[in-house]
Amino acid sequence: MKTIYLDNAATSFPKPEAMLSAMTAYQRNVGANPGRSGHGLSIDAGRIICEARESLALLFHVEDPLRIVLTKNSTEALNIALQGGLRPGDHVITSGMEHNSVMRPLRFLEGRGVELSVVPCSPRGEMDPEDLKKVLRKNTRIVVVTHASNVTGTILPVEAIGELLQDRPDVMFCVDAAQTAGALPIDVEKMNIDLLAFTGHKSLFGPQGTGGLYIREGLDQRIAPLMMGGTGSRSEFEEQPEFMPDRYESGTPNTIGIAGLGAGVSFVLEQTVEAVRAREEELASRFLAGLQDLRDEVILYGPQDASRQTAVVSFNIKNVTSSDAADYFEEQRGILCRPGLHCAPSAHRTIGTFPRGTVRFSFGFFNTQQEVDDACEALRELVKRKGKPGS
Amino acid sequence: MTTGNDFAVVLFESVSHALGAEKIVKGSGIGCKLIHVPRHLSSDCGICLRFHAADRERVEALLRGKLHFFEIKLL
Ligand SMILES: Cc1ncc(COP(=O)(O)O)c(C=O)c1O
Repeated sequence: MKTIYLDNAATSFPKPEAMLSAMTAYQRNVGANPGRSGHGLSIDAGRIICEARESLALLFHVEDPLRIVLTKNSTEALNIALQGGLRPGDHVITSGMEHNSVMRPLRFLEGRGVELSVVPCSPRGEMDPEDLKKVLRKNTRIVVVTHASNVTGTILPVEAIGELLQDRPDVMFCVDAAQTAGALPIDVEKMNIDLLAFTGHKSLFGPQGTGGLYIREGLDQRIAPLMMGGTGSRSEFEEQPEFMPDRYESGTPNTIGIAGLGAGVSFVLEQTVEAVRAREEELASRFLAGLQDLRDEVILYGPQDASRQTAVVSFNIKNVTSSDAADYFEEQRGILCRPGLHCAPSAHRTIGTFPRGTVRFSFGFFNTQQEVDDACEALRELVKRKGKPGS
Repeated sequence: MTTGNDFAVVLFESVSHALGAEKIVKGSGIGCKLIHVPRHLSSDCGICLRFHAADRERVEALLRGKLHFFEIKLL
């Protein structure tokens, strides 16, 4: 049986060939520690990192690539932004659709005296920016929202939120782009994003262990680094450098991973985000259309409109647990997906599926229409198997 | 006066800056090379960009305002 990988929201698979060859080329031909010496191989390693940063800057419309801090994933990026940027007495606002990589740092900070407001979202995961406006306070320091939910795919109104925060320069607007970097157009200028956290291993086609945080110019003094150590720069001083990106990049970086990330981002730039988006939207749309005749038996969550979501679709089959369904899909159909709560209990509460969870199919650039049709067929088969409607 | 054999270096705060500068300077057709920062200029372990001293004004004009650097020194 052939495998159909529908877990791209967890991590994309497969990856472009160019990503694999960039990683082997680095380890085979370069291998050195970047920025730690002036010898040729060290400079070559530094160049690989420089180029990855430049590609990322191009993708997100960041003028100065050095404003992008490379991290091991979006979780680390979000922790730098939130733990580094919030002090006791500060107020922070988030949405009701967040991943635990936002909620856990925020709950932790709440215990340390940071005030937290969670803007409720509709059962489809949608947020009205006016509701966010209502909870703004004088001491609000950060507004952090996901660009798109990893549970329902719902795209949040990031541009509208950026717009309404324009008259609050004291509020930093932080976007969790784990699900959207590479999959949806992102322009930090047009969207007024101050802090953009992204992960490398999903739609940027890098390996796991890569990601980053864009920090708008002028904000680094408001965000304390979480880690300090060797940077290869200013070695004569025992204090952490203040300049970007070294302030937040201590220790030998994941150069082999960043080599892969750079190649992955180049792949996205070559294809163009618009083309990636068009393809994924078509797959999601085909899947949603293919389930129309099962609507009595299959409960769909989220917008159920491919133009308003990423290629992530959550559903439940009546009287079948999400884990049983996932087992069936894998064993009988070779379909790999993710059941349960997807590290996002808050989002599941919003859509009414806590603690039951959902089955999540997440399509990616390398999925085919045939695979989508096979997925629909698998659902149809499972519905049939479990007996007559209502049983 | 500088002769064709004299070199100067640009000193930066980090390798990222040095690599960025190399791209700009090389891109405009001026010969340059990244080398270890000579010990007598700095105790830092970084790299700097070496070029012919005769190109000093052009290099300075290329980088100024575009990329932060500490200073340009004659070797
Ligand atoms: C919305 C969202 N935020 C954050 C993350 C965390 O990403 P990572 O595990 O790469 O840090 C994920 C992915 O799992 C996600 O979907």
